[in-house]
Amino acid sequence: MTDLASLPRRIAARAVGHALAFVARFITAVRADWRGIEPVARQRVYFANHVSNADMPMIWTVLPSHMRRQTRPVAAADYWLKTRLRAFVGPEVFNCVLIDRRPDARTSDPMEAILAALDEGSSLIIFPEGNRNMTDDPLLPFRAGLYNMGRARPHVDLVPTWVANLNEIMPKGEVIPLPLICTVTFGAPIHVKEGESKDDFLKRAAGALLELAPKPRPDEARPAPAEQPQ
Amino acid sequence: MTPDTTTDVAILALAVTGILIAFTVIGESLRMRLPQGQTNPVVEAFNMRVHTWWGLAILLTLAILAGRIGIILLFAFASFAALREFLTFARKRRADHLSLALACFVILPLQYLFVGLDWTALFTVFIPVYAFLLLLIVSALRGDPTGFVGRVAETQWGLMICVFCISHVPALLTYDMPDGSDRSILLIVFLAMVIQLGDVAEYYAGRKFGKRRVAKELSPKTLEGMACGVLTAALIGAVLSWVTPFGALGAAAMAALASLTGMLGSLVFAAIKRDKGVKDWSHLIPGQGGLLDQLDSVIFAAPVFYHVTVWVFG
Repeated sequence: MTDLASLPRRIAARAVGHALAFVARFITAVRADWRGIEPVARQRVYFANHVSNADMPMIWTVLPSHMRRQTRPVAAADYWLKTRLRAFVGPEVFNCVLIDRRPDARTSDPMEAILAALDEGSSLIIFPEGNRNMTDDPLLPFRAGLYNMGRARPHVDLVPTWVANLNEIMPKGEVIPLPLICTVTFGAPIHVKEGESKDDFLKRAAGALLELAPKPRPDEARPAPAEQPQ
Repeated sequence: MTPDTTTDVAILALAVTGILIAFTVIGESLRMRLPQGQTNPVVEAFNMRVHTWWGLAILLTLAILAGRIGIILLFAFASFAALREFLTFARKRRADHLSLALACFVILPLQYLFVGLDWTALFTVFIPVYAFLLLLIVSALRGDPTGFVGRVAETQWGLMICVFCISHVPALLTYDMPDGSDRSILLIVFLAMVIQLGDVAEYYAGRKFGKRRVAKELSPKTLEGMACGVLTAALIGAVLSWVTPFGALGAAAMAALASLTGMLGSLVFAAIKRDKGVKDWSHLIPGQGGLLDQLDSVIFAAPVFYHVTVWVFG
């Protein structure tokens, strides 16, 4: 009976999902570059750079539907439960695993929810920097979560995932997204090695992610346009 | 559309289908002549090109059947995709966000609206005068002087190329044919066909007996290839002169002009791509790069073709 009652909601969630993916494609022509993995439904943790709230929908959009169905983004409960609309989009459209970011206020261990999602066979999307990166550095230092997941479930592939260009498409504080081309690059999976320390692993993971970032173009490396006279 | 124009559209569509079938057969038989398990990059590139043409021809036919609105929407979306590709590689800073958003979501639709409403006096100056000044002001108001001229120059250039120039293809609809018919829609087909066929002749003639490069550092284009391309375009133009008000000689001259401007335009684009260090503008068309890679000749040819049509034959 509950299933029957929730059917319209689930249909609405699917429709909203397709609409969001359509908008993402229309604005950014977002495209996946499967550099290190094949687009098959293996169990993976996609760990990505985080500069904008649109990062997660971009990754979600480029996943083919058979992968999208078994992939759950890990997201902050305080953000996604703030309004009724977000509470519909986050948990129902994206099927997020919601975790509480505030250590003092939370009642359950976030890692438990993450491991439970892995144990039910889901793939995850996580942002190991924890917060949106507002600095000029390409990445913030990673939190320990990625390491803990890799230790607890060593069979799961940890896939570095670079979302390019979003800081220009939608910088913080801007309302209108710019139509620029966005690319999501999936690198080769990594695993926590036997006896590898947390810091070593997190450094290696950040390195694997940074390697996927597009190299700065020559005209951007120049601080100011300084054309040489002929 | 009047029945006469519809008949002509149908004849042209049949002719294009015939040419494409011939190209497809040639491409596939070249493929079959190769031994099992081998591929030839030139043959594959040709087949890929023919595939894209099928797509373009089908899109253009559907748009023509939908009439004026169909054509305008088709080119408005082409402009949007082209601008998206250009701006991705353009120099820009946070301070340009609003002016770039205005360019994409306000100026572009307005330009096509003016073309659709046939406001010639406005759509020919809207971007070069009003958008030109307005966007500079919007960028300056955000107060970031770093590389200002370079930034606004690239944005303005993108807007001129991707919106102003491309909108001159549907602008041909606003041209009043001397005989008062609604056949100006066929000029779009004329322009597209002479440019595409001229380009293909240039490419293969250049490969076959091209010697003198026109711009060694930029592109493999040769004088011989370009001459062949322009001559082919002129010939096709003369054959198609019945859809134009130009007469046989005039149509050949207009076709040659369009083809030549187009080839030189794609040379300009080669310089830009080399400067930006990119091979293709995007991956929009599988195996063929982005929309700008396809449209570079049309972009340069369209405004010139439009103006000569209006001033000489108007």
